Amino acid sequence: MEQAATTEQKRQKSPTMTLLFEAQKIGKTFTRKNGETIEALVDLSLKLKPGSLIALVGPDASGKTTFLRIVAGLLTPSSGSLHFDGQSYAGQCPKVLSQIGYMPQKFGLYEDLTVQENLDLYADLKNVPRASRPKRYARLLELCAMTPFTQKLAGKLSGGMKQKLGLICTLIAPPKLLLLDEPTVGVDPLSRRELWEIISELQAESKMSVLVSTSYLNEAEACAEVLLLFEGHTLAQGPPLGLCQLAAGKSFLLPANAPTCPRDLQAWLLDQPEVIDAVPQAGDVRVIGHRNEQNNSCLSAAKMVPPRLEDSFMLLLKQQMGNVALAAQQAIAQVATPPRSAQEPVICTEHVSRHFGDFVAVNDVSFSVFPGEVFGLLGPNGAGKTTTFRMLCGLLAATSGSLRVAGIDVRKTPAEARRHIGYVAQKFSLYGPLSVLENLEFFAGAYGLQGARRRQRIAQVIDDFQLTDWLGIAAQELPGGWQRSLAMAVGLLHEPEILFLDEPTSGADPLSRRIFWKRIAALASQGVTVVVTTHFMEEAEYCDHILIQDGGIRLAFGSPAEIRAEAQKLNPDVTSMDDAFIAIVEKARSQKS
Amino acid sequence: MSFLKRSFFSDVLTVVHKELLMILKDKRSRIILVMPILVQTILFGYVDTYNLNCVEYALLDEDKSHSSRLLTAAFDGSSIFVRTATLQNSTQIADILDEKKALLVVHIASGFERLLVNKKRAPVQILIDGRNSNVGSTAAAYAQEIIQNFSRSPAGKHTPWISIEKRAWFNPNLETRWGIVPALTALLAVIQVLSIAGQSIAREKEQGTFDQLLVTPLSPGAILLGKTLPPVLVGLVQSSLVLLAALWIFQIPFAGSFFLLYLALLIFNFAVVGIGLSVSAFSQNMQQAMLYNFSLLMPMILLSGFATPISSMPWGFQIATLANPVRYGVELAQRIYLEGAPFSQIFPLLWPLALMACLGFACAAYLFKVKL
Repeated sequence: MEQAATTEQKRQKSPTMTLLFEAQKIGKTFTRKNGETIEALVDLSLKLKPGSLIALVGPDASGKTTFLRIVAGLLTPSSGSLHFDGQSYAGQCPKVLSQIGYMPQKFGLYEDLTVQENLDLYADLKNVPRASRPKRYARLLELCAMTPFTQKLAGKLSGGMKQKLGLICTLIAPPKLLLLDEPTVGVDPLSRRELWEIISELQAESKMSVLVSTSYLNEAEACAEVLLLFEGHTLAQGPPLGLCQLAAGKSFLLPANAPTCPRDLQAWLLDQPEVIDAVPQAGDVRVIGHRNEQNNSCLSAAKMVPPRLEDSFMLLLKQQMGNVALAAQQAIAQVATPPRSAQEPVICTEHVSRHFGDFVAVNDVSFSVFPGEVFGLLGPNGAGKTTTFRMLCGLLAATSGSLRVAGIDVRKTPAEARRHIGYVAQKFSLYGPLSVLENLEFFAGAYGLQGARRRQRIAQVIDDFQLTDWLGIAAQELPGGWQRSLAMAVGLLHEPEILFLDEPTSGADPLSRRIFWKRIAALASQGVTVVVTTHFMEEAEYCDHILIQDGGIRLAFGSPAEIRAEAQKLNPDVTSMDDAFIAIVEKARSQKS
Repeated sequence: MSFLKRSFFSDVLTVVHKELLMILKDKRSRIILVMPILVQTILFGYVDTYNLNCVEYALLDEDKSHSSRLLTAAFDGSSIFVRTATLQNSTQIADILDEKKALLVVHIASGFERLLVNKKRAPVQILIDGRNSNVGSTAAAYAQEIIQNFSRSPAGKHTPWISIEKRAWFNPNLETRWGIVPALTALLAVIQVLSIAGQSIAREKEQGTFDQLLVTPLSPGAILLGKTLPPVLVGLVQSSLVLLAALWIFQIPFAGSFFLLYLALLIFNFAVVGIGLSVSAFSQNMQQAMLYNFSLLMPMILLSGFATPISSMPWGFQIATLANPVRYGVELAQRIYLEGAPFSQIFPLLWPLALMACLGFACAAYLFKVKL
């Protein structure tokens, strides 16, 4: 025993030279204005070898960003120690920090400068010698295929391109350790794949270590090690394969037989006692649960499948959260919509185009959406889906074509059409300084709700979205997840027939995405039509119909099964919606060029 | 659908309520709306004054007679003039003025009493440090007044001095404060009213709330009017603060009608808000709006006639002042306050303001719609 302790001490005293970075028992506490102390991180330990790739995963507010900021020297830990290349540091330490590259969630690109000027600026900031710049620029620009765009303003780039530019600005002075905070949030599957290719190529070249936080678990699965955080505590740590085994024997696939759609089967499954989690996957429903061989359970007919990281993640999180998550899942917004014939489309667009000067953002797009449907608008960044979305909401006038929403011509009477729709923006866009209740009151007024009806609707959404404890808090001080809830509550205040959601799950963890989609399924079953844009292709499985756009043109339209079938014709290996999307977009792009 | 029946009026009130909350919610912003106004009023009232309370002067009395001593006594006995030097000959004058030992020199030539006795014009020379023309001419005017009083007195032998009757209307003591403080009722509010209106749309654009607002069934007209009233209200409250300071702290007598003053201030604030909202609808973000506002503010104040008389500006600039609402606001406030001008007299100043308010709104509404 004693001997073991001394060797342990020895090992701690002289960190082996093969380690690039070591964090020992890092803790961080914050004090709120009201004196309340919050433990953002508790005893986090992590070792990084040169050339390793480690993913940080966890729900919102689990401490991922806090940890990255501590490693980057922007925050000082309350306890624990940090070592980089054998040197101890905490907070600002120029010698160490010059070797660490940090890309925050919202990278500070100068939108009014060109790509080249941004590169020059960051090269100056990081003291990159002038002589070595041209070679480095050329290599980085080539890697992200941005060589032709050096004179373009950074503000004019698509979301994916901006992210790539941010990444190469971080990498201008080659760091030994690269920290990435959710680099792929709001980025489409194509650009996401490209970003990862850039990272792995550079890693192969320079033996750089990468520590990345992500809410995409399939990305984490490709890393050498995964660290799962929950409320500052380390829930699990290790290679992804090992973590997957936690869910071994508990992952199943249950086919959804028509006419039941996977979304409804999922909702039903989630209410079963033996089911821990369920999510639609390629026309079936993936279930995590305990199969009881004796009883005739809902899982008897299910096929057991090899577990994946998300299964273990959900398993661990549900064990932690217990009833809290359940309560949130039970909350279903109550919305009464006027009866509408299911045969008549509630949204109907014909040959819609939108030009910005010479640029055609949307080119001759037609589609229909029927009442009670969940409709997904998918496309790479800059594909024109935001423009389509904004035209449907009446925020942007179409250049030509006809748009009817709830039977009303959006081009002629936009204000009338707006009464029938609810809108939830991608980024939080309610009045930050106003309290939750003041925001609800204002939007109730803006939608013309008055008297008893106003009081009843406000009380209803407060109840549905469990906002009671937050009513007096300024909206800008709400945690991210609650801001999303409030935005949804505002969107549903006036019981719209159609709900528009712009990337509602961007940056959300799998758990909150489950809750979100459960709400959507419930709304759709009450007759609300839901139009949603998303970058999570697996979420397209929740939709009844999806539209894939690129370059302003309609590439594919149909049910998820139809889209997959279409993609399989192009590439027989396609199984997931992610693959299908990439196959369809790449096919169209190669035809174009 | 009955709940969707709505009136324009309640829409506007909804927006006004929200805007006021946004402006007044934060304690700091409430302080910012009140404190600077009070501080500036006090500063302008006390500091920005051309009145002289203490004029240092030097005396060169070459006559050394009874009459010259009586005149000197009149200077020394005044509450304004303080003698800092007594000169012996005229060669000393230049040094005294150069070294700023005195602001002016009173030079009584020999033979002064003889001329007075003979009922001839007796010259008294006043030499002024002209480096600050404003101060110098004011001091000279005070000196002139003392000499005139002297000449009319028995000591001055009732000399038929050709006196230029100088009397200032509405401000007999030529107190600058009387002109400045009433003008502030219009002027001081401009700064914050312009900036509140200028930020209102720009902030929504920058923070992404604009889209959320535009997807509601609120009409552009209701939004625009809802964004107009709160800054107008803020402007009126600020003007009232200045008015209270003018009445109670500076005790400047109010000659006009409060109704007319508030009518003028109301129209004036609408005109300023119209400009602010146009700037706001035109700007992409708060920084742009702020920069536009600042570049407008300075010319608006300079061309208002507040600090310098419009009549002494070059012709082109005089024309430019006609398009400046602040010019009308300042003049209206001064005339109603000090002169008690009736409606018929202020109407020529009111209608251009009303026209500017209408144009401002048309412009803001156009820019607002273009952005849709």
